[in-house]
Amino acid sequence: MMPASLRPLLVAGGLLGLAGFVPLVADGYWLSIAVTILMYVALSTSWALFSGPTHYIALSTGAFFGIGGYLVGLGMSDYDQSFWAMAAIAPFVATGLAALIGWATLRLSGVYFVIFTLGLAEMIRNLISWIQNNFLGSRGLYVLTDLDERHIYWMLLAITAGVFLFGWRLGRSRLGFALRILGNDEEVARHVGINTARTKILMFMTTGFVAALVGAVVAPRYYYIEPNVVFSPELSFIVVIMALLGGTRRLYGPLLGVIPFTLLWEVISVSFPNATTMVLGLTFLLIVYGIPNGITGLLSGFAARRSA
Amino acid sequence: MDILISGLLLGGTYALIAMGLTLQYGVARIMNLANGEVLVIGALTAFLVYTSLAVSPLVTVLVIAPLAFAASWLVYRILLLPLVRRAKNQGQLEVDSILATFGMGFFLVGGMVFIYPELFAYSYLAVPVDLAGTTVAANRLVAFGGAVLIGLALYLWLNRTRAGLAVRAVAVSPLAAGLVGINVEKTSALAFAIGGMITAMGGVLISTFITLDPSFGVIFTMKALIIVIMGGVGDIRGAIVAALILGVVETAVATLIDPGLTLAAAYTIFLLVLLFRPEGLFGRRPA
Repeated sequence: MMPASLRPLLVAGGLLGLAGFVPLVADGYWLSIAVTILMYVALSTSWALFSGPTHYIALSTGAFFGIGGYLVGLGMSDYDQSFWAMAAIAPFVATGLAALIGWATLRLSGVYFVIFTLGLAEMIRNLISWIQNNFLGSRGLYVLTDLDERHIYWMLLAITAGVFLFGWRLGRSRLGFALRILGNDEEVARHVGINTARTKILMFMTTGFVAALVGAVVAPRYYYIEPNVVFSPELSFIVVIMALLGGTRRLYGPLLGVIPFTLLWEVISVSFPNATTMVLGLTFLLIVYGIPNGITGLLSGFAARRSA
Repeated sequence: MDILISGLLLGGTYALIAMGLTLQYGVARIMNLANGEVLVIGALTAFLVYTSLAVSPLVTVLVIAPLAFAASWLVYRILLLPLVRRAKNQGQLEVDSILATFGMGFFLVGGMVFIYPELFAYSYLAVPVDLAGTTVAANRLVAFGGAVLIGLALYLWLNRTRAGLAVRAVAVSPLAAGLVGINVEKTSALAFAIGGMITAMGGVLISTFITLDPSFGVIFTMKALIIVIMGGVGDIRGAIVAALILGVVETAVATLIDPGLTLAAAYTIFLLVLLFRPEGLFGRRPA
């Protein structure tokens, strides 16, 4: 008999192994959907690790993702660096930035943090466009690699596995315990001697790291990087919606939100491109008024009722 | 001097939207992130009736005020009050209201995209006027005048009437206000509705001299939030001073360095406020 705590790990490992075969059976359209799904799974799971317990709505994903993609483009086009070197550097740059932002805002009330992250992607985009127009000259950056969609898929799968493993370890660590207490009552957390600001900043840094890493890894998908493309405020909102739709109380929650929403989003952007913003709004309202605990919340509600 | 005058004129309109937001957040405790969208709706309405029916924005602003008041009141009653009632604490209400108003904001942008998906601007009173040696467009002057009038009316209402007194009491403490017999839910709805009304009026005024697009709302939300925090939440006087500062700084950065950097300038101010005076310019530090 194996210990019960290992069972989810084995299930996850099995699913991951299966997911690894997707590029061998799917190609073209479905492979690109699979890449998109994995990208959002990694982003929204790591988002939920921070925002789930702390209830701080981080809207910075787009900014960190953009930093990842942009640095890869900049390094490869203007400084002759390899893709791998830039993909390794970018997450640390984003982590440093996350530390600074966290230090400035996370010691205060949550609203300041939300507001600060709200315009962050847009602000960085403006700043970079300005620097590029005035000092660097070139406007677009090329990311030319011999990586194809399948390689990107496997890299994203590895990142996703890493995020899940981290989340699983976190649930069993002192930091994770501190985070849960802090999420329930910050006052209590402070009184039992938890350094709340430090805990929040550390977790925020991990989301910055993952978002930039994902941004760097999917950069070869774009070939041509422009600040306007990679710094998308919309991405931040989509990640928030997917995570909340799935539910943030379980590690696999965001996954259950990502899959349906990616498919829905795909259909809508192709068939009704004018309606995307409206759908985003309606989904937000549906979550707040209909399923505040997400799909996983619904499921555990059903389970509880059946056993009752 | 040019920068100072046009900055102050711009700041006047910023003050309006920030006053709207500070009423909604400071009194009704709703962090309304759809505030900028309400502004853009006001502006879009002014544009549409001006171009199709040739109605002056100064008339529109009077017509739109009761409409925006009624719509905001209904939104509070139907959509936001349930959130206020179900929230166990201020933190949960903040998260819920942020998400709900995001939803409303996106919904409104989506609706406006259906109506008018492009940039819109019209020419109203675009005649040069000489002001203390600086040439400014008359429409900016009119918009500033409108902002001053609305701000003054709000100030008098808050400080000279019983309803205004109740609003200020709820801003200080909803619990204590309830204990002395103030209907907190009704007062909050009133403050939220007036906030929406002022924001929409600000939108009409700003449309006379700024080119907008249905998706620009979030930028104004952002600026209004920065102003509200800089001035101190719920503090009308602080919001006005902060708005004028932001207007001048933005104009200075736009003229001296690059118009693309105004948001970065706003962020720099925001960062300084967060680091040195998170309680706002006139706020008191919590004991």
